[in-house]
Amino acid sequence: MGTGAAAVLVDDLAVRFEDVLAVAGVSFAVAPGEVFGLLGPNGAGKTTTIRVLTTLLPPGSGRALVAGHDVVREALAVRAAIGYIPQAISVDGALTARENLDFYARVTGVPARERAQRIEQAIAAMDLEAMLGRLARTLSGGMLRRLEIATALLNRPAVLFLDEPTVGLDPTARRLVWEHLSLLRAQAGTTILFTTHVMEEAERYCERLAIMDLGHLVEQGQPRELLERNGADSLEEVFTAVTGRNIEQAQEGRLADVRARRRVAHRLG
Amino acid sequence: MSAHGAASPIVSAEQPALAHGAGALARVGAGTVAMAQAELRKLRHDHLDIFTRSLQPLMWLFIFGTALRHNSALTLGHLDYRAYLAPGVMAQAALFIAIFYGLAVIWERDVGQLQRLLATPLPRSAIVLGKAAGACVRALVQALLLLAVLAVAGIAVRWTLGGVLGTLALLMLGTAAFACMSMLMAAAVKERERFMGIGQLIMMPLFFASSALYPLAVMPGWLRVVARVNPLTYEVQGLRQMLVGVGGAGEVWLDVGVVAGFLVLMLLAATRAYPKAIL
Repeated sequence: MGTGAAAVLVDDLAVRFEDVLAVAGVSFAVAPGEVFGLLGPNGAGKTTTIRVLTTLLPPGSGRALVAGHDVVREALAVRAAIGYIPQAISVDGALTARENLDFYARVTGVPARERAQRIEQAIAAMDLEAMLGRLARTLSGGMLRRLEIATALLNRPAVLFLDEPTVGLDPTARRLVWEHLSLLRAQAGTTILFTTHVMEEAERYCERLAIMDLGHLVEQGQPRELLERNGADSLEEVFTAVTGRNIEQAQEGRLADVRARRRVAHRLG
Repeated sequence: MSAHGAASPIVSAEQPALAHGAGALARVGAGTVAMAQAELRKLRHDHLDIFTRSLQPLMWLFIFGTALRHNSALTLGHLDYRAYLAPGVMAQAALFIAIFYGLAVIWERDVGQLQRLLATPLPRSAIVLGKAAGACVRALVQALLLLAVLAVAGIAVRWTLGGVLGTLALLMLGTAAFACMSMLMAAAVKERERFMGIGQLIMMPLFFASSALYPLAVMPGWLRVVARVNPLTYEVQGLRQMLVGVGGAGEVWLDVGVVAGFLVLMLLAATRAYPKAIL
């Protein structure tokens, strides 16, 4: 795997929470401009991996580079080079859409003289004109996600991290979010790394993906490669082939996750 | 949950930023202003909140204050007790905002805003200072309303420009300090319900074991000792001296110094603890 110019490079990463090995020796690389998916059930270690890559969590062992910077030693450079949208709602509901954009332009270090122009570009990229004056808490789930993505574009990130970007969205809103992301990638060449537990979404939108289960990376490649290699018709079947479990079964039994997800879905309306 | 490996990248990342001196200071300043401005905008979207909150100090002043108006032990013999009380309720109203400001931190952690902010190049100290400035914005609006009511009601306050500006400045110092203390609590507690309980618990001694409602002279010895280590006592004494002209001359710098020292302490502690709130 050519790693010299990788947008994201993860090398034997492990993270332990007390007695649980949340991420157990994971390695993968994402090429610049690629749309890369981390796929797996809740508790697979996807969010923990993203938290390490966004400098929120120290790696227990191994190393991770984002846009060529080490997430531990050059955390500040990493933060300047990324956009990050956590699974829960990250814009401020008590501010209008435009005020949220202005706020994130300031806190992500966009130079003052470029602020207005960058905000206009983000508005255009995510198609937000109609909702600029509305308080964020009155926006629909799909609009909120687009606003969030817009706020994450202002610093022109090399890599955009999206943790379950379409959770709680109906199929139409989900498609619209992905249309805008695809356009962004085509126009700005932004590398996109996202997590999902929806197999169909991974199959349709990733150029490459890695399947995670119980902290391990169990399979990676282009969706078509994975299907061929495992003699499968769908990623569900690939998951079963490489883990010996059904994704639906693997998904069950994590009350805290289910509760958190419901909360997000509820808030998204 | 705590991550394996003691060194936090969040802490280590701060060092190069500090080393850059002026540039880092400018980023702290810009970030703080951005966060305070966002708070001001939220206030503008919700006028009702600030008005309902402003009623509480007025009720203390006009119900509690009026009831005890002619108690000479409290009025120090010559002063309208309501004038004596005004700086106390001003500080208390600001304290109330500040102590419960940590709730916003817990909320923002739950909804994802905190994670988002911590993954930006914004310095950690700017996040904490920005939040504290947000509390100050609210406290300031409330204090201005209270001052307006004092003026209209004709309560005997010394209306000197220096006194009023000094009062507001000291109030901001104290509010920022207690807001940082609240963020420290929020980072430790992480749950809304438990935070509410602890907030209520410490409000009581902070308020009643201080000079907010009555002079230290009316307290028994042991309580006076408690009041002497309570930063709110110094905040109120300073406010009272500048706004009403009561208290030993020259002591105001001691009061300001204690409150400023308390702020620095809380700011440093909150900046250290804050990133851990997300884990």
